[in-house]
Amino acid sequence: MDFLVPFQYEFFTRGIIVSLILGAICGMLGVYVVLRGMSYIGHGLSHAVFGGAVSSYIIGLNFYIGASIWGFLSAILITEINKRYKIKTDAVIGIITTAGFALGVLLMNVGYSPIKNFESLLFGNILSVTDFDFFIILVVSIATVLFLFFYQKILLFTIFDTDTAKVYGIKTDRTDIIFSLVLAGVVISAMNSIGVTLLAVAIIAPAASARLLTNNFSKMLILSTMIGTITAFFGMYASFYIDAPSGSTIVLFGAAIFGVSILYVYLKRLHHMHYHGDKKHSHSHIHVDEHRHEH
Amino acid sequence: MVNDKVTVSNIIEIRNLSFGYKYHDPIIDGVSLDIPRGRFIGLLGPSGAGKTTLLKLILGLNKPWNGNIKFGKKNDRDKTKEFPSIGYSPQAESVDWDFPITVTELVSMGLWNASGVFPWINNNIKKRIRILLDELEIGKYHNRQIRELSGGEQKRVFLARALINNPDLLILDEPTSGLDPLSREKIIQKLIEINNSGITIMISTHDIDGVAKKIPWVICLNRQIVSQGNPNVILSENTIYKTYGLKE
Repeated sequence: MDFLVPFQYEFFTRGIIVSLILGAICGMLGVYVVLRGMSYIGHGLSHAVFGGAVSSYIIGLNFYIGASIWGFLSAILITEINKRYKIKTDAVIGIITTAGFALGVLLMNVGYSPIKNFESLLFGNILSVTDFDFFIILVVSIATVLFLFFYQKILLFTIFDTDTAKVYGIKTDRTDIIFSLVLAGVVISAMNSIGVTLLAVAIIAPAASARLLTNNFSKMLILSTMIGTITAFFGMYASFYIDAPSGSTIVLFGAAIFGVSILYVYLKRLHHMHYHGDKKHSHSHIHVDEHRHEH
Repeated sequence: MVNDKVTVSNIIEIRNLSFGYKYHDPIIDGVSLDIPRGRFIGLLGPSGAGKTTLLKLILGLNKPWNGNIKFGKKNDRDKTKEFPSIGYSPQAESVDWDFPITVTELVSMGLWNASGVFPWINNNIKKRIRILLDELEIGKYHNRQIRELSGGEQKRVFLARALINNPDLLILDEPTSGLDPLSREKIIQKLIEINNSGITIMISTHDIDGVAKKIPWVICLNRQIVSQGNPNVILSENTIYKTYGLKE
């Protein structure tokens, strides 16, 4: 089999470039989503933007407009309701975002004949990415990288210790909202390529895998970005040969790497199993030299 | 918030402060007190007495129902500094010990706005952090993940973060909770040493014998101030009973 066959096609080459960019961005952003314990928000926002996308398409606007309005509004609502009321984040996300998705489903089925096939919106089709889509992906990706680069210290402090961050002058509420808006931006830019039903895993799986593999933040960031890029590349490649939606193959590769990471950690723990007297156990320790270790 | 009427000798003045998390159920009720500069104060009381709540009110993390908190300038001539700089360390229970950061990264958070716009820690800051960690006898752990440290070492890392910006006022919430007697004693002695260098310190504790009796000034708190002063003088059976809500 000639592995370079797909690259003969311009649409595939463009698709690979898009998948690499999105894979890297999702991997990078996912680290902060996972560390914040808000993995569900990626899932929720991707569903919310669906309603906005369908609404704006039906009234004749570019679907990015509706998706952006609904996505940003959902991100702000989630952050504000969680802050001001006793309701936990997962409940707020579930209600607001599922309502957005339900709106999209309703509009698709009540008296309208959409020209656009919303299947690509639901399940992704990188190969159908237009010049405008590519431009949006590029702009959002650059903005996201810049935001994460210059805001890293603030984000880490806010995530790790919100109260102390406030005491030290960080506007944590504003940081939360900006982060949610950036996440919404990435979801909106990626929804056509990966699909709103699958996007959450594309964001979370690389970061979750990286977290299993390292306890160091910088390494986690690099690993997650690499895993996101690799799964996007191979997922895209596989989708060409098996003629499947690119979103599904990318996500399945991501899930597979997560499974492999869990297996690796399990086997590593077994390898570190040792005895103290007659008691067998496994726990973290530091190797001082090759002949002894400290607990 | 700058108040020229705050006595120069006081770093904080609190008047008639009330606050609670439920309506009509104050945790702090009509508390008034002065924190003189350079004093080492222990807030003593049982769980739910309002110690952490009072500290969070001072830090601005909650807004009081009524009353006010005023901060004194460093001195009358110091026009650039309206409020004292504060170093803060929260309760250990509120920390995510599995968070993937090293000791140096955690301490550097105390200087987040002094270390430039780039995400990495510059060498000057690293050097400064290393010196402080050495003073606290945890320098060799500067590259360790925080989860790898013992309880006493973790407390000292948080103390380092609170100290790294050279604060005028150090506020520590239960800095010795969960520690063995030796580690607890080391922390207390270190705090006394820090206080002797001129930094005002306010800590909360529920440990009478292990902590409160070793601090120069104790405020017994249970919704209201029960008593305050030298612990050798005020910590009578009667005061302890009133503070801890025990029947005589």
